Amino acid sequence: MMDFSTPPYLLNNASVQRVMLQVLAALLPGVAAYVWIFGPIILVQLALATATALAAEAAMLKLREKPLAMFLSDGSAIVTAWLIALTFPPLSPWWLVVTGTLFAIVIAKHLYGGLGQNPFNPAMVAFAVCIVSFPALMSQWPSVGLQVSFADQARVVFGMMPRLDAISGATPLDTLKTALKLEEGTVSVTQLLADQTVYGFFAGRGWEWVTGGYLLGGIFLLWRGIISWHAPLSFIAGLTLLSGALWVWHPAQFANPFFHLFSGGAMLGAWFIVTDPVSGCTTMKGKLIFGFVAGALAYLIRVFGGYPDGVAFAVLLMNICVPLIDHYTQPAIFGMKDKS
Amino acid sequence: MIERDEFRTIAHNGVWKQNTSLIQILGLCPLLAVTTNMVNGVMLSLATILVMALSNFAVASLRNFIPHEIRIPVFILIVAALVTVVDLLFNANLHELYLVLGIFIPLIVTNCIVLARVEAFAAKNPPLHATFDGIFMGVGMLWTLAVLGGLREFIGAGTLFSGIDLVFSNLQPLQVLPADYPGLLLAILPPGAFILLGCMIAWKNWVEARAAARQQRPAVPVATGGCH
Repeated sequence: MMDFSTPPYLLNNASVQRVMLQVLAALLPGVAAYVWIFGPIILVQLALATATALAAEAAMLKLREKPLAMFLSDGSAIVTAWLIALTFPPLSPWWLVVTGTLFAIVIAKHLYGGLGQNPFNPAMVAFAVCIVSFPALMSQWPSVGLQVSFADQARVVFGMMPRLDAISGATPLDTLKTALKLEEGTVSVTQLLADQTVYGFFAGRGWEWVTGGYLLGGIFLLWRGIISWHAPLSFIAGLTLLSGALWVWHPAQFANPFFHLFSGGAMLGAWFIVTDPVSGCTTMKGKLIFGFVAGALAYLIRVFGGYPDGVAFAVLLMNICVPLIDHYTQPAIFGMKDKS
Repeated sequence: MIERDEFRTIAHNGVWKQNTSLIQILGLCPLLAVTTNMVNGVMLSLATILVMALSNFAVASLRNFIPHEIRIPVFILIVAALVTVVDLLFNANLHELYLVLGIFIPLIVTNCIVLARVEAFAAKNPPLHATFDGIFMGVGMLWTLAVLGGLREFIGAGTLFSGIDLVFSNLQPLQVLPADYPGLLLAILPPGAFILLGCMIAWKNWVEARAAARQQRPAVPVATGGCH
């Protein structure tokens, strides 16, 4: 006898939990590189963010009288927590990541109606809130290559040791921008990038491996079919085209696109942020527009703006535009003529 | 004369039931801009109370002489004249605070709360009622702005009553949280005002829903409109 089953035939079990677990798995190469470059303190920050996110999620679910076990185990809060911990400086005081996570879960996620309803990416809201409120703390990254023991790092995070200027500095991206501004006209990007204490083979020293790890994770998500290629590739295209054009026009003043792709939050943003199914566009054409403009905006904000990186603001700005983009990019219904 | 019940209704409407900031959502522009601390919010509210009481009194007294067709320009002229008086008073007596509040004192004339009460209440009621309405609508705005300003400076800087030395030169602001509190700058920026005002509206709706549940009657959904 034959077994009959009815369509639609779904090839994989695409529950929220399975998707979120694979996203977490995809973050692991980046996290591993992070531990190698900046030390295991990031694991403490990840744990802090995860614990805060789960506690805040549980409290909000209870307040909203929603089933606790189902939503807590879906893993979406953990993904938000990890993204927050990975975008915050690893030596930032413990309350910074806790404040950011609380803001993301309570205000950016649950006040808008919880998973599936939030118009803004919670992790990017946390980043934007904290960089606007605590710009100094959010710009201090540990200097790469400086050996600080894990115990000392933990003491700095938990406020048992004064924050030393020597162990932290701006990101390579920020350093480049500041140097270009301070010595305007007298120094070129190529000269600056030759400084091997800050810059590595193709981007920030050490940073290039972390962002490379995110790229690996992104390719894994693409291969598993968790994300579509539209948003990440168009994000990369937007960033590359704009930075490439300016680099060709004036290479002494603007860094090459490769540097920009592997610096700051570009890779994390391309593969893990603009691919957010909730706060991003839903139509294919919409995803292309969303990613492209977000990439171009991220470049503009990071190069010409006052903040160290622009990915968070670019994504939030595009989140606002999502309903409009989706409205104008609805595909023709099968069998109907495309009106446009 | 005004009756006790009427007076209570007017007071209840102004302070709670039709609170300008929490229910009518009027005057958001000064609300966002000046409530960076409690003192600014209170002082702007006091200026607004003065303008509202006087303009409601003036309009209610003249209501039978103002032609209906051109009432809005006439109201605005009356309100603008009173605002100019208050503006000059602030400039002369509280000059430093005047510099802080800046454009928002002259802007009281464009505040829809003032025109809304003149049009909706003073143009239809006797002067004494109208004066009380102006005062209590202003008191409703006063406590909301005071709470919002207090929350914003407490979260944003860990202080209370900062800027009070501009009003009473012998008083000093309170440092409530330890001096090394980093301050959540967002609370002082405009988004903080929106978020905290949202929290206050939610709190008011929650209080009303609870009161309604206790009395076994359905809660009336809050209709909101806004301008500025």
